[in-house]
Amino acid sequence: MDELTGFVTEFGYVALGLPFVAAVLAPLLTRVLKSHSTWILALAPLAAFLIFLQGVFEVADGTVHRWGFSWIPSFDIAFSFRLDGLSLVFALLVTGIGTLIILYAGGYMKGHRDQGSFYTFMLLFMGAMLGLVIADDLITMFIFWELTSITSFLLIGFDHTREKARRGAIQALVITGGGGLILLAGVIAIREFTGLNSLTAILESGDALRDSPYYAMILILILGGAFTKSAQMPFHVWLPNAMEAPTPVSAYLHSATMVKAGVYLLLRMHPALGDTTLWMTILPAFGAVTLVVGALLAVRASDIKITLAYTTVASLGLLVMLIGVSSETAIVGATLYLIAHAFFKAGLFMVAGSVDHGAHTREIDRLGGLGRHMPLTFLAAILCALSMGGVTPFIGFLAKEEIYHALEYPTAYHIAILVAAIAGNALMFAAAFIVGLQPFVGPKPAGIEHPHEGGLRIWFGPLVLGVMSCVAALYYGLYHELFSSPMASAAYGEPVAIDIGWIPHLNLAFALSCLTALLGIGLYIVSPRLRSGIASSLDAIGWGPDRGFDQLMRGLVRFSFKVTGIVQSGRLDYYMTTTVVAVVAAMLGSMWWAGAFPTVPAYPTNIHFHEYIVLGLLLVGLGAVVVAKNRLTAIVSLGIQGFATALIFLLQGAPDLAYTQFMVETLSVVILALVMTKLKLSPSDHRPLREKLPDATLAVLVGLAFGLFLLTVVQRPFDDTLSQFFERYSYAIAHGKNIVNVILVDFRSIDTMGEIGVVMVTGLAILALIRIRIAGSGRREVKSLEQS
Amino acid sequence: MELALTFATAVLYSIAFYLLMSKHIIRMLLGVVILSNAVNLSIFINGRLTTIAPPLIPSDLSVPVDPISNPLPQALVLTAIVIAFSFFAFLLVLSYRAYQDLNTDDTDEMRVAEPKEEGLPPLGY
Repeated sequence: MDELTGFVTEFGYVALGLPFVAAVLAPLLTRVLKSHSTWILALAPLAAFLIFLQGVFEVADGTVHRWGFSWIPSFDIAFSFRLDGLSLVFALLVTGIGTLIILYAGGYMKGHRDQGSFYTFMLLFMGAMLGLVIADDLITMFIFWELTSITSFLLIGFDHTREKARRGAIQALVITGGGGLILLAGVIAIREFTGLNSLTAILESGDALRDSPYYAMILILILGGAFTKSAQMPFHVWLPNAMEAPTPVSAYLHSATMVKAGVYLLLRMHPALGDTTLWMTILPAFGAVTLVVGALLAVRASDIKITLAYTTVASLGLLVMLIGVSSETAIVGATLYLIAHAFFKAGLFMVAGSVDHGAHTREIDRLGGLGRHMPLTFLAAILCALSMGGVTPFIGFLAKEEIYHALEYPTAYHIAILVAAIAGNALMFAAAFIVGLQPFVGPKPAGIEHPHEGGLRIWFGPLVLGVMSCVAALYYGLYHELFSSPMASAAYGEPVAIDIGWIPHLNLAFALSCLTALLGIGLYIVSPRLRSGIASSLDAIGWGPDRGFDQLMRGLVRFSFKVTGIVQSGRLDYYMTTTVVAVVAAMLGSMWWAGAFPTVPAYPTNIHFHEYIVLGLLLVGLGAVVVAKNRLTAIVSLGIQGFATALIFLLQGAPDLAYTQFMVETLSVVILALVMTKLKLSPSDHRPLREKLPDATLAVLVGLAFGLFLLTVVQRPFDDTLSQFFERYSYAIAHGKNIVNVILVDFRSIDTMGEIGVVMVTGLAILALIRIRIAGSGRREVKSLEQS
Repeated sequence: MELALTFATAVLYSIAFYLLMSKHIIRMLLGVVILSNAVNLSIFINGRLTTIAPPLIPSDLSVPVDPISNPLPQALVLTAIVIAFSFFAFLLVLSYRAYQDLNTDDTDEMRVAEPKEEGLPPLGY
């Protein structure tokens, strides 16, 4: 990282660290100051906002700030960041709107028991989102991407005592977190196939990704991440369900940040992945469907927060569709709309929260006449709604004009997209005024008592956003120069000049805007009938991706239950058989694979008669153990094979082993006889032959495997370096003449000490086992071994 | 002798695993004892059976002159025998306690850790 220049770079880590530091401090501050802590906590995003704001001029001139350090050099992974037009505008949105949201949260959550941890989650999310939009290294970006999924899980499920909130949280985590894993696959694919490991490298690579034979795979994986995060059909379900979260969460996550992450990724990747047939087909197709269906569902909803959620889905569809068109004007339109949407949607969500706060309902049918009681909120609402409706002079108007400019070509492709855009926009126009106007005008329904304005922190945020939507449009020259133009340039890959202003010109785009507005007004008037119409037709269909999610999750639980039942049957003999099969396969398989089977040995001639006797004794003992009908026979037979083993040791020059074996074998038989007589158990096998036969076959195979293995080893040349060493130095170093003893107590004394430790621990464990008394009723009272 | 012992060891393995695959804890215990013998003999055979002279240094010398049997596997097996015995003793007491508590030595009926009638886990959120 050698391009460390400029003011922003020096403070880059500080800006990124501020939300995290504030997150750590939040619970403590909140304990002392209650909800007033947000006045202090909001300083963190504000400071970060100001730091980023300092960089605006340099970035507008085309400077790209980069900073970071090498993180995992062996994998070429860096912890690095990049600030250009696109990431700067996103960083400003995240921190700027974040400041207003933290203040708003302070007003909204006042008196809540867990508000401290709420602020922590919000600030953590903010830091994650900030890291995501300024990350340069792909892995760094992925980590922040997943962090947003995790923190949003905490936020959506904040009200965790309600099942709906838990469901919303899990759904969001499964969909966006799963999408994150798809993105990870995409990131790894890019790194593996092209060697590009950072956004900077990708942006400088020209056509490298487009020309890659793996282009389609990379694109689909990246889209998998973007579409899930940005709630494209059919992955949109998590977004409306996330409305279970407290309103500040919705206002923040579902306007400017979380859901825009996917759009950010698409804009980011556009210069490297865009402008291909595949790109221009998949994106508009998904985007258009999402736009129209989302907008219809928005009008259907009766809860104004849900209405807003679906308009967000629709807006994301519009953005994806535009990015899919891939032309310069389309990217400009997307950029302008993205900023405008962040402003008006965050504002309207906060308004919805204020309405809920003031009137204690969000049902549109039971809202009205609030304007007189909540004048400031009403003002903020109407400003935001006008921007959302695309009325001049608001930045929403600039966006809409640019969008129609991008689509005014007489090809079937553009016309199809244009129709979707007009339909969606008209529906969203209606939705804007359903939320921004309807609750405030007309007669006040009977159910609402004492509607009231919230505190300063409640109306301040939406009002600022509404006013800024207008101011930015009025001073559009400066707005384009500093924000939208650098952003669009970064997303398009070439410098882009934007000159769209708030003063309408009489051209096709303006005509289309007027048409949209007229359609919107018409739809607004018929919205109650439209609502019931869409609702009844959806009821007739009866199935949707949301229900599908439930089915999927239930299916998953059932499936894993079945699999667990098979893999972990709870039957010891199954586990044992599986183990034996694995042992046989591993031994015979590896010998077969390495071609290491032993040669056929000659029949041994040098075996003495007494050795035959001992071996015979061993086999007889073994056979008797298996077929013994009563327990005493089994124990005695076990003793026979043990003593035979000891005799083998004795005959082969290992007297120490033989003595130990004799002793251990005697003890084993005695203990076994003591216990067995108490247990009154038959050691014989009562199973029918057809059950014994598979076990016997497997047993023969195991014996064969071990036999062949041993033969192979013995047929190899013998390396006696170690034995030579012990023989030579046993006396010289350790002054002992019994070499085996010397090895045990001198050369490997630590090992022997460990062995003694094992024996001691076993003894203690046995003692404990014997002394334990079974507590609780309903079980047989057991006499312990020592008493009997 | 190596060859004959290898054959005997293979039989030991067969019998040990056959007993281990049984459903009765007692038979499995017998299998454990036989398995430890099989493993010990394997280690022993791996050190080669060249001579029957024990690995001792004659009292008037500081290194052995005549060939002696390999001391290293003997040291390893000596440790192994003792460990195997501890293992066996522990398993025996464990099965004894299990039998007292559950009144069975049939592994099919020992389902405390993994009960049979578990039913589906909760399907909600």
